[in-house]
Amino acid sequence: MSARIGVVTFPGSLDDADAARAIRIAGATPVALWHGDANLQNVDAVVLPGGFSYGDYLRCGAIAKFAPVMSLIIEKAQAGLPVLGICNGFQILCESHLLPGALTRNDHQHFICVDQKLQIESNETLWTRDFVPGQQIVIPLKNGEGGYVASEATLDELFSENRVVATYVGNNPNGSYRNIAGISNKAGNVVGLMPHPEHAVEALTGPSTDGIPFFTSVLKSLVGAT
Amino acid sequence: MIDSVDTAKKNPDTSQPWAELGLKQDEYESIKQILGRRPTSSELAMYSVMWSEHCSYKSSKVHLRQFADKAPKTDALLVGIGENAGVVDIGAGWAVTFKVESHNHPSYVEPYQGAATGVGGIVRDIISMGARPIAVMDPLRFGPADAPDTRRVLPGVVAGIGGYGNCLGLPNIGGELVFDESYAGNPLVNALCIGSMKHEDIHLASAKGVGNLVVLYGARTGGDGIGGVSVLASETFDADGPAKRPSVQVGDPFMEKLLIEATLEVLHAGLVEGIQDLGGAGISCATSELASNGEGGMHVYLDRVPLRDASLSPEEILMSESQERMCAVVTPEKIDKFMALCKKWDVEAVVIGEVTDTGRLVIEWHGEMIVDVPPRSVAHDGPVYERPFHRPSWQDALQADAPTPERLPRASTPEGIKQTLMELIASPNLASKSWVTSQYDRYVMGNTVLAQPEDAGMIRIDEETGLGVAISTDCNSRFAKLDPYAGAQLALVESYRNISVAGAKPLAVTNCLNFGSPEDPEVMWQFAQATTGLADACRELGIPVTGGNVSFYNQTGDTAINPTPVVGVLGVIDDVDRRTPMAWDEDGDLIYILGETFDEFAGSEWAHLQGHLGGLPPKVNFSMERLLSEIMVAASRDGMITAAHDVSDGGVGVAITEMALRANKGARFWIPDNIDPFVFLFSESTARAIAVIARTEELRFTEMCAARGMSATRFGVVDSGLGADSGYPGEQVIVVDSLFTFTIEALREANEATLPALFGG
Repeated sequence: MSARIGVVTFPGSLDDADAARAIRIAGATPVALWHGDANLQNVDAVVLPGGFSYGDYLRCGAIAKFAPVMSLIIEKAQAGLPVLGICNGFQILCESHLLPGALTRNDHQHFICVDQKLQIESNETLWTRDFVPGQQIVIPLKNGEGGYVASEATLDELFSENRVVATYVGNNPNGSYRNIAGISNKAGNVVGLMPHPEHAVEALTGPSTDGIPFFTSVLKSLVGAT
Repeated sequence: MIDSVDTAKKNPDTSQPWAELGLKQDEYESIKQILGRRPTSSELAMYSVMWSEHCSYKSSKVHLRQFADKAPKTDALLVGIGENAGVVDIGAGWAVTFKVESHNHPSYVEPYQGAATGVGGIVRDIISMGARPIAVMDPLRFGPADAPDTRRVLPGVVAGIGGYGNCLGLPNIGGELVFDESYAGNPLVNALCIGSMKHEDIHLASAKGVGNLVVLYGARTGGDGIGGVSVLASETFDADGPAKRPSVQVGDPFMEKLLIEATLEVLHAGLVEGIQDLGGAGISCATSELASNGEGGMHVYLDRVPLRDASLSPEEILMSESQERMCAVVTPEKIDKFMALCKKWDVEAVVIGEVTDTGRLVIEWHGEMIVDVPPRSVAHDGPVYERPFHRPSWQDALQADAPTPERLPRASTPEGIKQTLMELIASPNLASKSWVTSQYDRYVMGNTVLAQPEDAGMIRIDEETGLGVAISTDCNSRFAKLDPYAGAQLALVESYRNISVAGAKPLAVTNCLNFGSPEDPEVMWQFAQATTGLADACRELGIPVTGGNVSFYNQTGDTAINPTPVVGVLGVIDDVDRRTPMAWDEDGDLIYILGETFDEFAGSEWAHLQGHLGGLPPKVNFSMERLLSEIMVAASRDGMITAAHDVSDGGVGVAITEMALRANKGARFWIPDNIDPFVFLFSESTARAIAVIARTEELRFTEMCAARGMSATRFGVVDSGLGADSGYPGEQVIVVDSLFTFTIEALREANEATLPALFGG
């Protein structure tokens, strides 16, 4: 039986179907999780997809962290459950304090949708094993509030502990501190990414298929665990 | 004090503000005749919004009939003109619905919310047919790019479209961005949405089944947008500019997203008998249209409507255009399930009435009857005008002022031609639109196969088979000004060509007819000409109009905009893997021009840059357009072609530049024999496309063209190694023999700098 990866749908989630497609293409079974159900259906990993959960009112991700499903995810993530938060999912992970720092309004004040070049900085997370450090990839970036900010001390710590997962190459598209595009927690099971690997899994519809390794990486770690 | 039906009977002579509500004297008299008494203030509110130009099509109806009367025979149309949106069969049990609508005046008054709610409204039209919205597009037209008011309106419009559409999770796959002096006081913000569904999921707006319940669900009703329809959409802006801010609605895309999911879920669960969105004219429109299309009777308890502002009067509730609301007809047995699904999505839902067999739409307010009308008289039997029209006195002089070389000198030296191309690709109308499109999400849903700047947007419908659709909107309003009959046809053939060039077979047409005041006989002539031209052209091309929208009163003072019949064409492609992109790729691939180039500059981008508008627009040739379409679709299906691009705005010179920029790879060209280089590069003759062919397929392709009578001339070859020989080692360059050499970087810089310089980084 293939691994089961949950995709949470909050009211206002938009890229949930895309995340499910990416999981299928990677060879796993996507499992739909509902924000209002405190039930993870025994999934092996969880993706928090992009979108505008609860309209992004108040602050992006600020309301989602109180969803019944999130209390379980927070608890299990602290115990090692692999969790990938993409875009709005990254914002939710920061609001939930599973990851440090915060995502703020793009410095140029516009929503931006571009094919973004990234450099993978760390393959020591459960979601990036199939990359090599220094590898450059192109996947879509689309956000209005994607500027990653954190204290200098936190930024230093992220880099020194090899927890910066990916950085922007070339133009910094949103004003993120030190070009940070994604980070992980200390254990490497929780990863937040501002760009969208789930939109780069088919040559037909994406700028590349560079997004696939994020999803195959976690499968390897699941196989390794069992 | 409530103006009930009883009060109206008792006080027949009360004076009423019909004129302020936009009704004419004879229209008011006719309401009295229908009712046999004076209307109550609530009835007056309903009639005034429903009989407005925007809702009733009273000036356009007699002309729009041609779209049905002249429609070509087709099996593709599952639902035709008259419903919220037409539905087209694309095969394998799938259907597609699409429509474009204007939100011009609200977007001028309040750019962000005006444009945002334009997207919201067209999306609700699509879901009320039972379809899942799968993409949006926005044809936009503004005054001169450097005009201060364009800088006020454009960024807000773009932010509004992005802010709303991105939050709904709908890919924005294209559109138009045009600058022209004629829109300086009246920009055009049109919004298109396309949705897909299985045949069995098609739903219609009708209230059938006596005793069935009428449910209002979605956002609460507030004071926004009251009179939006009658006051904003049906009156001309006066020279003092806008002062009507409270009439513009405010959108909440999060609520709309919930409304989409809740609506699709109740529809798919089979819980709905009839459904209608609330847009212009709000509850007045939804209740009267549902009743009119159904058994003919409905009883509504207006005091049950959930309000955002408890102080609203019944008249205001009837007229409110608060966004994100829908109305459904549900059987009593299914109402609990319906309510439960609404609750799942946190969408408020209330039963506000029931279907009756009385033939009357009756509305109660706290026990008093405030409306008692035959619903057809409100929704469908409004006034119909045969507005007078005549050819404008200036039309002949305009057409006589052709851009001949004597009148409008053309560059003849290589340096001059090079300069012309550079000016064209940097001009606001031809410059890169990425400043706009990068603010829209084109990736969401993961089915976007082609998006701006490609010729057409293309969306995969069926992930298993690859079945997909392509869509494009077009209009050169300068052509329409020179000759509105031909101008509408030129808009259609360009859109038709864009679909074909991408490899899809054109199937159906929608339109958004933006014109000045119908009370001006010269504008009305333009409208009559354009509708006739479009209906005739649809018959020639064998594709039907499935629906559309008319926007009149686009003028400031006495000055009307250029007639702007925006035409959208929908096409189908069996396997999106076979699409034809615009960028060439392989070194050695051969570049052909299909079709013939004539000396046609009237209304062209080049003439526009010289500040000239006059003459007769390019000739339309339907048989060549059909042939070109068939060849492009066959070449894509049979794998003969690697890239293609429509030739239109700016001519061949601009087309090859756009292909090179997209490819980021050089090519060498030569000017074909027996044609003037300037004419070849910049004329805007129709029925032409550029096709890129692998050498191995050349013979098969040229034989097909020859056998079918399509002119195909080789005039270039893809070559990434030209840099060194032309003095730009290591760079990708475009060489046009004995005329000029450009590096792609230089072209890109010119092409991409324009909009950021105008509207900020």
